[in-house]
Amino acid sequence: MTSLTPSMGTFEQPVEAIRVPVDYNDAIVRKFIVAALFWSIAAFLAGIWIAAELTYPSLNFGEYINFGRLRPLHTSAGIFAFGGNALIGTSFWVVQRTGRAKLFGGTILPDFIFWGYNFFIINAALGYLLGATQGREYAEPEWYLDIWLTIVWVSYLIVFVGTLMRRQEPHIYVANWFYLAFIITIAMLHVANNVAIPVAWYSSKSYSYFAGVQDALLEWWYGHNAVGFFLTAGFLGMMYYFIPKAAERPIYSYRLSIIHFWALIFLYIWAGPHHLHWTALPDWAQTLGMVFSIMLWMPSWGGMINGLMTLSGAWDKLRTDPGLRFSVTAVGFYGMSTFEGPVMSIRQVNALSHYTDWTIGHVHSGVLGWVAFICYGSIYWLVPRLWHVKALYSQKLVSWHYWIATLGIVFYITSMWVAGIMEGLMWRAFDRLGFLQYSFIESVVAVHPFYVIRLLGGVLFLTGGLIMIFNIWKTVAQGSTSQTNARLAVVGA
Amino acid sequence: MKFRHEFIEKNVTLMMALTLLVVAIGGIVEIVPLFTIETTIERVSGVRPYSPLELAGRDIYLREGCYLCHSQQIRPFRDEVERYGHYSLAAESLYDHPFQWGSKRIGPDLARVGGKYSNDWHVQHLTDPRSVVPESIMPSYAFLGRHPLKYDDIRLHLEANRIAGVPYDQAMLDNAKTDVLAQLDPAGDVAPLLKRYPGASIGSATGNPNSPTELDALIAYLQVLGTMVKFGDVGVEELKQ
Repeated sequence: MTSLTPSMGTFEQPVEAIRVPVDYNDAIVRKFIVAALFWSIAAFLAGIWIAAELTYPSLNFGEYINFGRLRPLHTSAGIFAFGGNALIGTSFWVVQRTGRAKLFGGTILPDFIFWGYNFFIINAALGYLLGATQGREYAEPEWYLDIWLTIVWVSYLIVFVGTLMRRQEPHIYVANWFYLAFIITIAMLHVANNVAIPVAWYSSKSYSYFAGVQDALLEWWYGHNAVGFFLTAGFLGMMYYFIPKAAERPIYSYRLSIIHFWALIFLYIWAGPHHLHWTALPDWAQTLGMVFSIMLWMPSWGGMINGLMTLSGAWDKLRTDPGLRFSVTAVGFYGMSTFEGPVMSIRQVNALSHYTDWTIGHVHSGVLGWVAFICYGSIYWLVPRLWHVKALYSQKLVSWHYWIATLGIVFYITSMWVAGIMEGLMWRAFDRLGFLQYSFIESVVAVHPFYVIRLLGGVLFLTGGLIMIFNIWKTVAQGSTSQTNARLAVVGA
Repeated sequence: MKFRHEFIEKNVTLMMALTLLVVAIGGIVEIVPLFTIETTIERVSGVRPYSPLELAGRDIYLREGCYLCHSQQIRPFRDEVERYGHYSLAAESLYDHPFQWGSKRIGPDLARVGGKYSNDWHVQHLTDPRSVVPESIMPSYAFLGRHPLKYDDIRLHLEANRIAGVPYDQAMLDNAKTDVLAQLDPAGDVAPLLKRYPGASIGSATGNPNSPTELDALIAYLQVLGTMVKFGDVGVEELKQ
């Protein structure tokens, strides 16, 4: 660890003390964080509702809120609205602080990104409810919104890179590599995956330019790397800034961060075909997808090791800082789901797991355990600094949030493991005479109790989220009544 | 000169270029050959473009998010072939813009649901699923039977598909609107329609061929699923990928 680079200087308090203060644009970060919190509740509510619909089908009250229209709303609200706002917001904080430069683009361009991005989300959500969809998972928004998002995303790239170019630090800090890879790759995936022919310029309907097997691989190349770059690389950027900050320790290994960054972004992009095992996709492509998915285990754990080992010598902080507990548990869940993923990508395992609720459980251990928790840890750290108050309203409530949400995740993923493996085994079971042992509907009946448990897990996770909103609300209200604290906090930040 | 990563991390342009290069490789190697290797699509006959009514039904299938609970991809396993029929071919989704293979079976696979049940069964099942399958958790789609089918611009839909590579010919485009009605009326002259779209399921689900509903279209689509390739005539060579 002798080769610490200047980028590590970010964490050395004495250096920072003599620097000339930079007039950071924090107003934009506040907007994104508020939006992220708002959308998190929307995503959880939609998730709970559709989980309830699967458990009690009479809750499908007609066309606009049937399961089929609400599920894309749930996934988009979770990934793109909650996750996206959290990513863009934190990236604007990180890129300014680690480069000691004010955000590029004045106030207009960042504001355009905020309103433009959330305009996209609202229109996409309304579109799903009214029936405007491309019918491709995680890429449901129709062609006109795809074009709009492209404009917003390019603006985001300009602001982010513009700020990097202004930086006063010679090195680009590692968190920014991940944020940058996330922005660039999402742009590439979004454009390539959404090539479509509109029925007319005034029509919301379009047809995908590609068909069948090519369209399938293109879609899962996109879909899997929405996981890889939106839900992984971006949030690793978050991890690389907020964990060292909260732990007050430099990143464990600079060398490991280099190796796992390039390995991760190179290998991830190949993994898409594991979503198409045993389908009409040619075997050679399936094999490539499987092999690269297994290789991906290593760089994923490289990130986990770097995150966890950063806590070396600071583990005691977990007792006093429940926010940091979120971040560290997130890295643990990241490690777990990036092990589970490669296992499920093995063809023989996938033969059992595919099409079942095991996949749903796997996804949620990633998005609740990793993505939401790393956001929570970062937001709890950020909020007092953003609103210039000394501390959060209540650390005890953070702790309550932590345990309730963790219990919710445990309910969710264990019930889905059991349900998924049971479905897989029931579908393939033969009786002694060589007939299929179960009809399909028997597997639907069998998973009902586990759907109830999953629903309970979701309610717990939402409860935690509401506690967080209350806590942050009180924290911010505290700040607005005490201006002296504000001055103090500015110096401290 | 000794390589130092420092060089990359001090140059934002270089970092962007290298990142783009590194993330582009995997996709190019995996996706491009699917367009160039001829055996990717099996050489079977029978796969045809969707009739206008089927296409309209397919649009409804997408709109309602049916793909979120029903796959259309039978894997080559003993249990799946026994439960659903012959494993799915790439050729069978040749004209599927977009593909609808799905990723989750909350309900059963639909790749070969065509012809398995009568139109009346589908009407009853879509209107009130639990009246047919008491334990079903499927939502009711009764509203489809109340919505008149909008098909005034159906020709534009065929044309958009043609741009994307579906071989709709001039006659198909010219007759797009009349073919919608023709497919609903078994008493009418269905010969030209069946010549253009062999094997199309004729008949109105709701019993009123002159005022088609969304339910009619959806059922026409469901009834053609998996029926285009006649597996009795297919040899092993033709299935090789």
